[in-house]
Amino acid sequence: MDIRPEMLLIILGAAIATYITRIAGYLLIRSLKVIPARVEAGLNAVPAAVLTTLVAPAALTGGPETAAALAVCLLVGYRISGFPLLIVGWAVAMTIRHFGLL
Amino acid sequence: MNEFWSGVRRGLPVLVSVAPFGILYGAIAADHGLSIAELTLMSATVFAGASQLVGIDLFGHNIQPWVIILSIFAVNFRHVLYSAALARHVDVLRPWQRAVNFFFMTDPHYAEIERRSLSGEPLTFAWVMGLGLCLYLPWVALSTAGGVLGAFIGDPKAIGLDVLLPVYFLGLVMGFRTRANWLPVVAASAVGSMVGIKLIGSPWHVMAGAAAGILMAVVLPLPENTVEPRQVEGEGQR
Repeated sequence: MDIRPEMLLIILGAAIATYITRIAGYLLIRSLKVIPARVEAGLNAVPAAVLTTLVAPAALTGGPETAAALAVCLLVGYRISGFPLLIVGWAVAMTIRHFGLL
Repeated sequence: MNEFWSGVRRGLPVLVSVAPFGILYGAIAADHGLSIAELTLMSATVFAGASQLVGIDLFGHNIQPWVIILSIFAVNFRHVLYSAALARHVDVLRPWQRAVNFFFMTDPHYAEIERRSLSGEPLTFAWVMGLGLCLYLPWVALSTAGGVLGAFIGDPKAIGLDVLLPVYFLGLVMGFRTRANWLPVVAASAVGSMVGIKLIGSPWHVMAGAAAGILMAVVLPLPENTVEPRQVEGEGQR
């Protein structure tokens, strides 16, 4: 149960750097008096644009079973969401991985 | 108090998909030589899973501390975009409450706040804290547990843990499909991040994809009705 001084420095540095990322955008936007329509359109696109970057590369790097799971979920995602979607994706990947379908 | 528990309830399904990664983080961190106290402190102060995994991956390689901190900053840079987008919604909170709220901001936390704000319900501090603590406290506890139990987990791929996170994020992406220009934005971001991961590698592909998607929304014709739909259909748990 010990914390090395160098590790403490790195961890606290990382914590401060991370908190800065969490408030920087807010402070930046607050400094604008009016938000132009195109900036507003860009801000509206933030969730889909950023979250997609956490998904799409996994189809390339996660192996064919991950790509297949994501493809299936992209289709059934129009009908289901949340837990059920998670189970579908997991089941597709596990089926392929353990029965060698691809 | 009801608001608090309503926030907790929104966080529960999220928790199921991130819980394995808390354990995984703890296990990998212990494997890389971090003490239980160190890996727990990191979860409690940084509280950003992907960047924590990147950080401990670098610890083992005799790399300068500032390079490790800069890498963690780069992985978390997407938060800048989130907090910019949330500036429109957090005005109902007091300044110190905003500061606290931003500490707890993660991908799902951000997505839930967007969803709630745009469905017409104003944010409350109790609700964002319910949501935030529902993810934060288990994340820290599971990190510690993972560090202690690390040796017993074995290969996370064998039980399919690695698939949960991308599928979970895909679900979040689809929850925003009623937004203006959703499909072109997602397509641009997907292409940008996939090209990015091949050409410039992680974590820079996140910025490449995000930039492509946001740029797409900025240059496309503005939607005539910029008012959000009352309810984002099919988002999360009921």
